[in-house]
Parts: sequence; C-alpha cells; structure tokens
Amino acid sequence: MAEKIINKDIVKEENLVYKKTDLLTDKPLSYCPGCGHGTAHRLVMEVVEELNVQEETIGIAPVGCSVLAYEFMDIDMQQAAHGRAPALATAIKRLYPEKYVFTYQGDGDLAAIGTAETIHACNRGENITIIFVNNGIYGMTGGQMAPTTLPGMKSSTSPYGRDVQSMGAPMKMTELVAQLPGTYFVTRQAVHTPSAVRKAKKAIKKAFENQKLKKGLSFVEIVSNCNSGWKMTPLKSNEWMVDNMFPAYPLGDIKVPEE
Amino acid sequence: MAKVKGSIVVDIEKCKGCEVCIPACPTDVIRLAEDVNGKGYHYAYMENPDNCTGCVNCAIVCPDGVITVYRKKVE
Amino acid sequence: MKELRLMKGNEAIAEAAIRAGVDGYFGYPITPQSEVLEYLMHERPEKRTGMVVLQAESEVAAINMVYGGSGAGKMVMTSSSSPGISLKQEGITYLAGAELPCMILNVVRAGPGLGTIQPAQSDYFQSVKGGGHGDYKLIVLAPASVQEMYNFVELSFDLAFKYRTPVLILSDGAIGQMMEKVEIGEQKVRLTDAQVKERCPWATTGKDANRERNIITSLDLDPNKQEIFNQKLQAKYKVIEENEVRFEEIQTEDAEYLFIAYGTSSRICQKSIQLAREKGIKVGLLRPITLFPYPSKRLLELSKQVKGILTVEMSAGQMIEDVKLAVECSVPVEHFGRMGGIIPSPGEVVEALEQKFL
Repeated sequence: MAEKIINKDIVKEENLVYKKTDLLTDKPLSYCPGCGHGTAHRLVMEVVEELNVQEETIGIAPVGCSVLAYEFMDIDMQQAAHGRAPALATAIKRLYPEKYVFTYQGDGDLAAIGTAETIHACNRGENITIIFVNNGIYGMTGGQMAPTTLPGMKSSTSPYGRDVQSMGAPMKMTELVAQLPGTYFVTRQAVHTPSAVRKAKKAIKKAFENQKLKKGLSFVEIVSNCNSGWKMTPLKSNEWMVDNMFPAYPLGDIKVPEE
Repeated sequence: MAKVKGSIVVDIEKCKGCEVCIPACPTDVIRLAEDVNGKGYHYAYMENPDNCTGCVNCAIVCPDGVITVYRKKVE
Repeated sequence: MKELRLMKGNEAIAEAAIRAGVDGYFGYPITPQSEVLEYLMHERPEKRTGMVVLQAESEVAAINMVYGGSGAGKMVMTSSSSPGISLKQEGITYLAGAELPCMILNVVRAGPGLGTIQPAQSDYFQSVKGGGHGDYKLIVLAPASVQEMYNFVELSFDLAFKYRTPVLILSDGAIGQMMEKVEIGEQKVRLTDAQVKERCPWATTGKDANRERNIITSLDLDPNKQEIFNQKLQAKYKVIEENEVRFEEIQTEDAEYLFIAYGTSSRICQKSIQLAREKGIKVGLLRPITLFPYPSKRLLELSKQVKGILTVEMSAGQMIEDVKLAVECSVPVEHFGRMGGIIPSPGEVVEALEQKFL
C-alpha cells in the first residue's frame, strides 16, 4: 500500500524522466527475455527520435532473430534476404542520398552469408550505418555455430565445442572492415549495463550523424548475449559475455575519424 | 538539501522477468514479483520504493522497454 | 525527325534505360551482356539524367540492390546472362514475394553450368516456370530484334509498375551482340521523389505523419495469411494472362503447318517459311512475344487449322511443353532444336519439318 501512496505523489506527467520512445511500436518484442536485441532496437529508435529524422530514415531488417525488426520500429523498413541488407541499403542510399539509411544485422547474417555484401559496401564507402549485433550464435534457427562462435563454445552444430582446427577461428568482422578505406567510423559496444547502454547510444548517434558528412560507412558492432542459445539465464549470460566474449571482442572504438 | 525521489512504473504484461534491471539498480529497489503476468513471467516491481532515485538505469537496460521512470525533488 | 542509330542489342537496352528515365542500374560483368554496363558507364547517365549506375560485387548483390531501389519506389533494373541469372534467382523470388516492380534482362548463353558464351534459349523453364522457390511468375518478354530490345525496356517498366511485379526480358547472345538499326525515342524526365511517392504509396520513401510506416517484406509467419497472399498473387497472374498476351503471326492465314518460335529462333523460322513455301509447303509462324503470359488461346485456334506444329528452340525442347498444353492434343507437336550455343540454319529447320510431318 505504501508503494502506491508514494507513486501517486511522484508518478505524474511533470515528473516523467524516461519512457520508451514512441518510435518503438507497442507490439511486444519477439525476443527471449533479457536479449540485447530489444535494447539495441530501442537505442536506434531513440537516436532517430533525437535527430528528428523519422521521415528521413529507411531501415533494413536482416534474416535471423531480428527479421521482424520492422514490426517494432515505427519507420519505413525493408526486409532483406539473408545477408543482403548492405546491398539494399547501398541502392536506397544512392537513390536517396539525403535519407538516413541503416541496416540492422546479426552475426550469421553479416559475418557468414553476407560477408561479400558487407565488405563491399564498406569498401565502397557507402554513406550508411550498419548496426551489427554479435551474440556468437545463430539464434533464430536454434543455436547453431556462427562465424563468431568462440573456440570451444558449444552450439547445436558444434556440440563438442568449436574446434578451431576444423571449424575455423572466430571472425572479427569489425576489425576486418576497419582496415578498409571506405569505413569512416568503426566501433564495438555492448548494452548489458547502464553505462554500456549510454556509450552504445552515443556511438549509434554518431554513426547516424556521420551520414550527413558523406565520408563513408559507419559500423557499430554490439556484442550481445543469447541466453537461449547459450543455455543460461539472462543474468548469467551477461556475466558469461563479459568473461568470454569481451576478451575476444574487446569493446571500444576501432576506427575514429580524425577531427 | 533537496532530495530526489523516484518511482518506476512497470508495464507488467510486457515484462519478461529477465532480471537485467535488478543489478542495474544502484539502490537495490527492484525484485521480481511472486505473482506472474498473463504470459507466466514473474515481473519486476519496487520492493524498496523508498530507495528509488529515478536514475533511469533500470529503464535503459530493460530490453523490452517496459519501465517508465518518474523523478521529483523533495525538500 | 526520327533518330536512327546502329547499335548492339545490349547497347540498345542501355540507351533505352537512360531515355526511359530509369533511376538505377545495378550489374555485374558476364559475357555476352557486359556491354549493358559498359555502355552505361561510358555514357555518364548520372550527368545525362541523374541515373545511378553501379557495378556490384556479384550478381547476388546486384539483384538485391534492385530489391532495395524498387522497394523505395524507383525504376531500377539489372542485367546478366544465364549463370548470373541463376545467382539472381534468390533475389528474384524475394522481389516477386514482396511484389516489387523492376526489370531484369537475361542475355541467354548455353548451359548447363558455365556452358559457353554463344546464344541459347535453354533458360525458358527457369524464366516462365519460376526459377527461384515458391509459387510465382514473372512477366517474360522475348525480343526478336535490337529494336525490340530497345522498345521492351519501357514496356517492361510499364507492366512492372502496373502489376507490381518483376518483368524479365528473355533475350539471347545473338540479339544482345548483333547490330541493327534502331529508332531511338525521346528522352523522358526521371520522376521526382514526390512523383515516386504518388505512384508508389507503398514504397519505403520515409514515414511521414500522414501515413502508417511502409514495410517491404516477403515474410508472413502466419500460414493463413501466407495462403491469402499466395491467392492474391495467383489472381494477379490470372489478370495478367487475360490482358497482357502479346504475339506476332507471320503467314498463318493459309498455313497448313506452323512453326512456333521466339527470339532468335523466330528470325530463323522466317527464312525457313520462305524456303518451305518455295517447295510448296504452306507453313506459317506464331511468335510469342510474351512467354508468360503465353499465347495459348490463339495457339489452340491455330491448331484446328494446321496439320502439324514444329517448335523451334535453341534448347532440348522446353517451350514445347507449353505448346502441347495449349493445343490440347488436337494436333501433333514436334520439336527441333540445336543446343550448346548453335543457332539452327533455316534449311535444317525445313528438313526437320519435312522429316517429322511429310
């Protein structure tokens, strides 16, 4: 009862300090409890809202867990074939150079089947933003090994752990695209803690603002969890991510434009 | 000295009980309810409402965006 | 004053694209169609009309660029030849599934596999029966001259936007490479972004306050909705079948035998008709211009008049299946074809006719 009395005093429109952006639809997210995708979606929409560019923004959804991203983001969106999002974004941006165009892709989509489209969009320096959510696994299809799966990590297609000898080593797409002259801003972030969320949002905002400069592609990796695929509780998966994913995929800016 | 009091409102039916908000709270306000929502999830609520400062940490880490935050200065 | 030029088929496609006010071309080199991309790059269409021309990293990327541009309401196209078109099938089925208008040119070469760079007509099944997965069709136009290569660009886009469907121009290496006189049309002005919004209210042009967001997708996880969508597609194809059949008839009035051929084969057949008639064999030609929709109705009528039908294809005999279906067993239907990049000679077509029917 006490709770309600306090609430009445504080829970008033004039005291509102944070609520979900209206650019996220009211449809419940299709993601598992604790999945970083939801937070990443929200940050992208908060940035679009803060830049006041809803009318100017066209997003591309991938294939994978975030295939339905267009159900949750209240902007015009296209859903791409698996891995092809950067090709769609390339054409849209070339045909509408003043629009804000971004792709939202997972690690299976971007780092496996879409490697060519990703690298070449980066190499051409397309003035787009790529949001790359890396959770080291194919989530949607049931937890199979991804190019980003860590050595020894178990998945449904590496049930005894990823054997680097026969299955290859984790692919660091973000470091790879940073080598290309066409990328302008390349960074790796996370969304598991309040401070990480604040940094990630700043990076996403910068990545969007960069489109106006026409100086090349901005690439934001978000290292995330997959508690269902990793078979852990959400909190445990975040801890595991810090202990295991971050050493392989260290957070921070990888390529920062010279001011 | 002016003190800041906060409060959160959880969209109970959309909460998935992932608990990510719990360690994000610096003042140990949030717990999962014994009750479950329509989807069968234990949802987040303010166990220690007096401690809430309205810092919004819980809301910004909530993957489902179900937390709304209010804050007020009290003398 | 008409503007006439001597051009390759591939060049005619490229010039027609600029003149039709096409917004974007996305391609990848492959023989025998590389002149499309080469001509466009040489012409600087970005200066002439503001058209975007981009050499993609692969055929797969190119067709997905077409998807992106088309989903944003623009007039976009790609071109390739058989092995490249196989790669594009993923994108083509997504385009069909998302009901996106665009033009795809296939300058067919012989297969299977890498085959050879010489002309063939062995991609008929792929073009009219699907090619990619799922129940879909493309409107398929079969030009038989360089002039038709030119003319069909604008026709493709008219049909594509009228029905919200991808349109395929099924050409071949002979028509792509050969030079003929072409009458060039007027330069059309590209649509403004405001005109694009008006023509394509469904396109992702940026969500404004006046409408709900637009979504381009071929996904619906609810099988009931997916079936309804499939029924809608089929209904659309039915309307196309009723309204868009195009064909040409040559000397069919008194014909006792009938050639059926499209594209390069139809040109060979015209000479064969002359040779056969010199021998006293009254033969005519039905040339389908649209391969989907197929001129089945007219074919059935003609089948009542003739004693035999010879399909002439540069393949093992693919279109013959549609001919047999159309004539409902009312007349014998035989096939003559050459494969592997060989164009049949008019004489051997007449020989085949005599051998099979006389």
